Amino acid sequence: MTEPSLSQKEFIAKEKQHKKQVRICRGMLLVLLLALWELCAELGMIDSFIFSSPVKIWGCFVKMAGDGSIFLHIGITLLETLASFFLVVVIGVGAAVALWASRSLSEILEPYLVMMNSLPKSALAPLLIVWLGNNMKTIVVAAVSVAVFGSILTLHTGFAQTDPDKIRLIRSLGGTKKDILTKVLIPSSVPLIISNMKVNVGLCLVGVIIGEFLSAKAGLGYLIIYASQVFSCEYRLIRKHRRKANAQHF
Amino acid sequence: MKTKLEVKGLCYSYHTMEGETQALLDISFDVKDGEFFVIVGPSGCGKSTLLSLLSGLIKPEDGCILIDGVPREESRAVMGYMLQRDHLFEWRSIFSNISLGLEIQKRLDQEAKKDLAGMLDTYGLSQFRDARPGQLSGGMRQRAALIRTLALKPDILLLDEPFSALDYQTRLEVGDDISTIIRTQKKTAVLITHDLSEAISVADRILILSSRPGRVKNVIPVTFAPEYDRPLARRNAPEFSAYFNQLWKELRDHD
Ligand SMILES: Nc1ncnc2c1ncn2[C@@H]1O[C@H](COP(=O)(O)OP(=O)(O)OP(=O)(O)O)[C@@H](O)[C@H]1O
Ligand SMILES: [Mg+2]
Repeated sequence: MTEPSLSQKEFIAKEKQHKKQVRICRGMLLVLLLALWELCAELGMIDSFIFSSPVKIWGCFVKMAGDGSIFLHIGITLLETLASFFLVVVIGVGAAVALWASRSLSEILEPYLVMMNSLPKSALAPLLIVWLGNNMKTIVVAAVSVAVFGSILTLHTGFAQTDPDKIRLIRSLGGTKKDILTKVLIPSSVPLIISNMKVNVGLCLVGVIIGEFLSAKAGLGYLIIYASQVFSCEYRLIRKHRRKANAQHF
Repeated sequence: MKTKLEVKGLCYSYHTMEGETQALLDISFDVKDGEFFVIVGPSGCGKSTLLSLLSGLIKPEDGCILIDGVPREESRAVMGYMLQRDHLFEWRSIFSNISLGLEIQKRLDQEAKKDLAGMLDTYGLSQFRDARPGQLSGGMRQRAALIRTLALKPDILLLDEPFSALDYQTRLEVGDDISTIIRTQKKTAVLITHDLSEAISVADRILILSSRPGRVKNVIPVTFAPEYDRPLARRNAPEFSAYFNQLWKELRDHD
């Protein structure tokens, strides 16, 4: 390697400067939004009982961190999300490859996949509880069912668009279907698989939370349900108080 | 000189739900050992189909292909197929692109790697060994694609318009370059082209196909005085325009 030229160095310095600015602005935007939220709550422009405020949330977090409960809930949700994500990737890529390998199979299954993909999975979740019981398995299956069909369809569409000339090239070099798979299909689909994985992580989290809403003893979804139930009690109480106070006032 | 490749009464049709497309009809010709054989013909006349048949990617409907007198399927001869675009894989380095064929056939040992390194050296690509295809110029990419084809030590080279994706200047240079490489290696080559002057500048014989369904119209031997016998020199030879006019006329004649 030779020493980079002056203009190359300048270019790199400029590029680094730009990246630094972007990072700083990102951080500042977050701080600004949090500050605005806090300010509105402090000034009473929004009801901090309903909208909460960053300071309150932090307080709650510290309290839950104190007894370690928040980490348990986060850990469980994370575990469930990762497990279902892993399953979605394995099943998604595996099924898409199988569909690619067999034209008949893909044509037979396509309408079913489209139907399964458009089925509202949250409606399916109660059934899953009945089938699989009130446990973590149900939650993982619910999360997988949210993401996996879309993943199969997306990957299969991508696989089907592989350049036929590249396939011809492999065949002309004496390659088999397996070579086409490992040397062309998978490597050329890496960007697609990665972008699909990004979508899947989000969908798995959604699926896990839905699952936890319905059947969990721990996890973030459970916390949300728990909080909203407690909250609705408190909220009703407070409304009663306020009404009473108003009545006395007049 | 003995016959390397013999084609007899070859027919091929494509079948789709919309109907049948007759691509080739009763094609017969032969190619001598070490000969540079060029096929020209109007667009869509079935030239690529003919090469696919020769390479064995598709099976003929009728007729047969003999290599060294043996039917294609039984022959052990290796066919090197070079497609229109280079199709270097962007996710592989140049070296692992040119070794693709050997890798697929599980023949990539130390010996073969040394061979490949030698070829990179010969064709002026050794400093791009670990580069990505995107960093190479069109001409270099085409040379890399040629090395990938030559790496399997093919007995017959099949070239489907290998230069057509290049700009004119590069095309002259690379065309000259590659055909000289093939000639010095004494390979038998079948080249397809649209470009009549390209055909004349490299060919030993030129086969003219009619428009679809492709039929053999004529086979023209091309000979030049020894002092002109390099592709770029041929273009300046006095015989060149005579050949050009002959080809042009044959192609335009609708029998
Ligand atoms: N997969 C296919 N299915 C149906 N028809 C096809 C298919 N491939 C080629 N054809 C038809 O067969 C004919 C011959 O095609 P081919 O590609 O061999 O022509 P070509 O001479 O190589 O053309 P070009 O000079 O444009 O490359 C064309 O008319 C084309 O429409
Ligand atoms: Mg063609």
